[in-house]
Amino acid sequence: MTATDFLALSPWLALTAAVLVVLLVVAIHRDHRTTTALAVIGLVASLLLVPLAAGSAPRTVTALFSIDGYALFFLVLVVLAALAVSVLAFGYCNGCEGRYEELYLLLLASTLGAAVLVASRHFASLLLGLELLSVALFALVAYPVHQKRPLEAGVKYFILAGVATAFLIFGMALVYAQLGALDFPAVAAQLTASALAGQPYLAAGVALIVAGLAFKLSLVPFHLWTPDVFEGAPAPITAFLATVSKGAVMVLLLRFLLGSGAHGSANTLTALALVGIVSMLVGNLLALMQRNLKRLLAYSSIAHMGYLLVPLTAGGEFAIETVAYYLAAYFIMTLGAFGAITIYSAPANAGELDDLEAYRGLFWQRPWLAGVFTAMLLALAGMPLTAGFVAKFYLFTAGADARLWALLGALIIGSALGLFYYLRVVVVMAGTPRQQEAPPKSILAGNVTLAALTILLLALGLYPAPLLDLIRHTSLGVLP
Amino acid sequence: MTLAWLIAIPLGGAVLAWLAGGFAGPWPRLIALAALALDLALALSLCWNHPLSLALPGNDSWLMRLDLPWIPRFGISLLLAVDGLSLILVLLTLVLGLVSVAASWTEIRARVGFFHFNLLATLAGVIGVFLALDLFLFFFFWEVMLIPMYFLIGIWGHENRVYSTLKFFIFTQASGLLMLLSIVALALVHQRQSGVLSFSYFDLLGTSLAPDSALLLMLGFFLAFAVKLPMVPFHTWLPDAHTDAPSAGSVILAGVLLKSGAYGLLRFITPLFPEAAAQFTPVVMALAVIGILYGGLVAFAQSDFKRLVAYTSISHMGFVLLGVFAWNELALQGVVVQIIAHGLSTGALFIIAGALQERLHTRELARMGGGIWSLAPRLSAVGLFFALASLGLPGLANFIGEFLVLAGAYQTSAGVTAVAAAGLVVAAIYALWLVQQAFHGVAPQGLALADLDAREMTVLGVMIGLVVWLGVNPQPVLNLAAPALDGLQQLANI
Repeated sequence: MTATDFLALSPWLALTAAVLVVLLVVAIHRDHRTTTALAVIGLVASLLLVPLAAGSAPRTVTALFSIDGYALFFLVLVVLAALAVSVLAFGYCNGCEGRYEELYLLLLASTLGAAVLVASRHFASLLLGLELLSVALFALVAYPVHQKRPLEAGVKYFILAGVATAFLIFGMALVYAQLGALDFPAVAAQLTASALAGQPYLAAGVALIVAGLAFKLSLVPFHLWTPDVFEGAPAPITAFLATVSKGAVMVLLLRFLLGSGAHGSANTLTALALVGIVSMLVGNLLALMQRNLKRLLAYSSIAHMGYLLVPLTAGGEFAIETVAYYLAAYFIMTLGAFGAITIYSAPANAGELDDLEAYRGLFWQRPWLAGVFTAMLLALAGMPLTAGFVAKFYLFTAGADARLWALLGALIIGSALGLFYYLRVVVVMAGTPRQQEAPPKSILAGNVTLAALTILLLALGLYPAPLLDLIRHTSLGVLP
Repeated sequence: MTLAWLIAIPLGGAVLAWLAGGFAGPWPRLIALAALALDLALALSLCWNHPLSLALPGNDSWLMRLDLPWIPRFGISLLLAVDGLSLILVLLTLVLGLVSVAASWTEIRARVGFFHFNLLATLAGVIGVFLALDLFLFFFFWEVMLIPMYFLIGIWGHENRVYSTLKFFIFTQASGLLMLLSIVALALVHQRQSGVLSFSYFDLLGTSLAPDSALLLMLGFFLAFAVKLPMVPFHTWLPDAHTDAPSAGSVILAGVLLKSGAYGLLRFITPLFPEAAAQFTPVVMALAVIGILYGGLVAFAQSDFKRLVAYTSISHMGFVLLGVFAWNELALQGVVVQIIAHGLSTGALFIIAGALQERLHTRELARMGGGIWSLAPRLSAVGLFFALASLGLPGLANFIGEFLVLAGAYQTSAGVTAVAAAGLVVAAIYALWLVQQAFHGVAPQGLALADLDAREMTVLGVMIGLVVWLGVNPQPVLNLAAPALDGLQQLANI
């Protein structure tokens, strides 16, 4: 490795260093405030190094990483999301019993895993990133060990994710046995539609890999863990799970699939479209009857991952842009929605406020919080003025360009169903409050995060041109 | 920039009214009135400064245009333009906006600031719909105006408000997404032909399409407009939404939001897809006639004042649909007059229904028990006036609209027109039934009822004046709309 390689990797190295520093400091001096500050500094340092790395991009560093504009874009997205989650988690945990310092350690490790995933071009770095992300997440989900729900969720996630990883590794083994290659470009070169049709083991391998990744994305039929884990995990961690973990895996799936000839095979496209349609419909239908907001958002995230299969099925340069914009918008609105739940619940000594009834009349008790939550829900529903609308417009354009009418039909039905449950929450918040209670103290840092997310949401909805230019610039050359 | 101000003034007023909600006194109402009056003055100045009937060299019927880049990646721009048709609709929107602020002066007592925010934001969105000529921007406003309307019904509405507001929102949104799909597909077809991705109305006009895809794309647009209009069988959201909305919400919904559907039909369907629209005309005309008769008959069977008026809207908008698809000069002029007349007369009937509900706490005609005339003669007389306007009494605005539409439609299909004319008989039945049930008869013992006060009389007096003026002298409005209608017809003949 040369000095330029290190330079290109510097944001990733900064994250690694932050993990080590936090680990050591927690061992010596246990303090919630210090640990959070260190985690935030580590994340910001990584962000500050991005321009430096961008100078030498695109660059392939060792066989494992490809540091291109797209990887850096998603690194920034993942790190910003982690930053928001850390700040939200600080407000959420501050004042609670127990020790919360390791939470930031795990969060940083998990973020590093996601960052590795978005830059990986090799099965080894894929597995490394994915396991770093997941193993830290098991612990994060079950972090409040003295409570029943998080523990249950952690165990459930652990077992099912273990099975999914087994699928993934077995798939990689089959692909390696057939093709003798582990890095994506070499695999892609041999993975043609005719090879898939002629070699059943290879096809099985690819299918197993996609299934393993689909589990992380909670696409139907690999979605069964999602509502329980989303409900059980502490709200800031759920936000992390819904955004960073899913976003990074989606980028990886995009690089693996769109780069290879597997995308040219009719069977693959049919399978993708089918999974997409079923995810949109099942996710939205099951969300209709939820009374628990975190479960509702879990099903909605299943549907949103289904929406993302529209560009993935469409393929081509435009799909890459679409995924980038959609994920950016999805990160903002999901973080915002869970952020509102987090702030409303904090400090979460006696469990969280995630039942719909707890939100009745929130508009008149805490108007700003309810306003932000409403904006995020409307964005998830794809209403104008918000980034969600431009994101939906991207999907329509990508789908119509590739003539995927069945997928678009499911998208329209899914969106109409989605409106119903998002708006039901808004209606409840606009209702008459049950009891007058004194507003609990709110945490400045959390409020600032939420305000920033809202401003971003509206800015990207009203004037998306700068981000679109950036995305267009970064997504050049992702496809070989 | 005047066009941007037309949208910005109500929007700014909306924010100010919300902020003013924190202070005691009628500040939100006053701010709302001031903002709308200012906007109305601005719109009227456009009429004054552009003597339309004279300034007609060439084919360009556009009075003013504003074009700013917005999302260059997709060729989307902030393209606003106004012609006579848009201007008439903007004026109607602002007049009805003023009326609804005044009409809800005593009705709305809770969260006054937020109420006026939503009211003005809806109006700003609707004005945006009437001015936007970039299809993406049009769709943007089309959806934006729904959100505050949703809150208006959902927060200040009556008994079934949650159900009604959700139904309204989902109907309009789902059909709107089909339109978005059509817009995107049309722009992509245009891009394949010309190499330029653009959502501008002026660029997309004259895109040549294969007959099958033209029909499908047109249906996407048509469904969105037909739901909004509403056309039978997509009308079921309307009686619920109207009944449960507060008076101001009903006025805006009937007077302005439905008109956005009519405007869409006029501006986009036939100009963008002339052949497909011609092919589709028989189906639509049949549905329009069914709507006219069905709306009228069902209205007659209602026992709820607002629900009855809501069904009459379906009947009246059937005439609009008939006129749009007859697509000749007479019919289109009729559509324009009918749009204004229906906005005024139905809006006024909703205000009367609101006034009655405020006094009697019921909308049930049976529980009003009749006999209101002896207790509240002014209210009853005004009610009679607008019921007569609604049934199409000659000398009032609705008559001009319906007559012109029928005269135009006769040139296209005599049979359809004959059946549609029967709608006028049905209208007489339901209108007189309404008057008889609500106002006539012997008053129950002990019923006390305040008559209309000065504020209500002023509002309704202005509306009466406009309906009579339009009924006696519709020519200025027809002159204002004529260049725009000519332009639309020329587009469709290419």
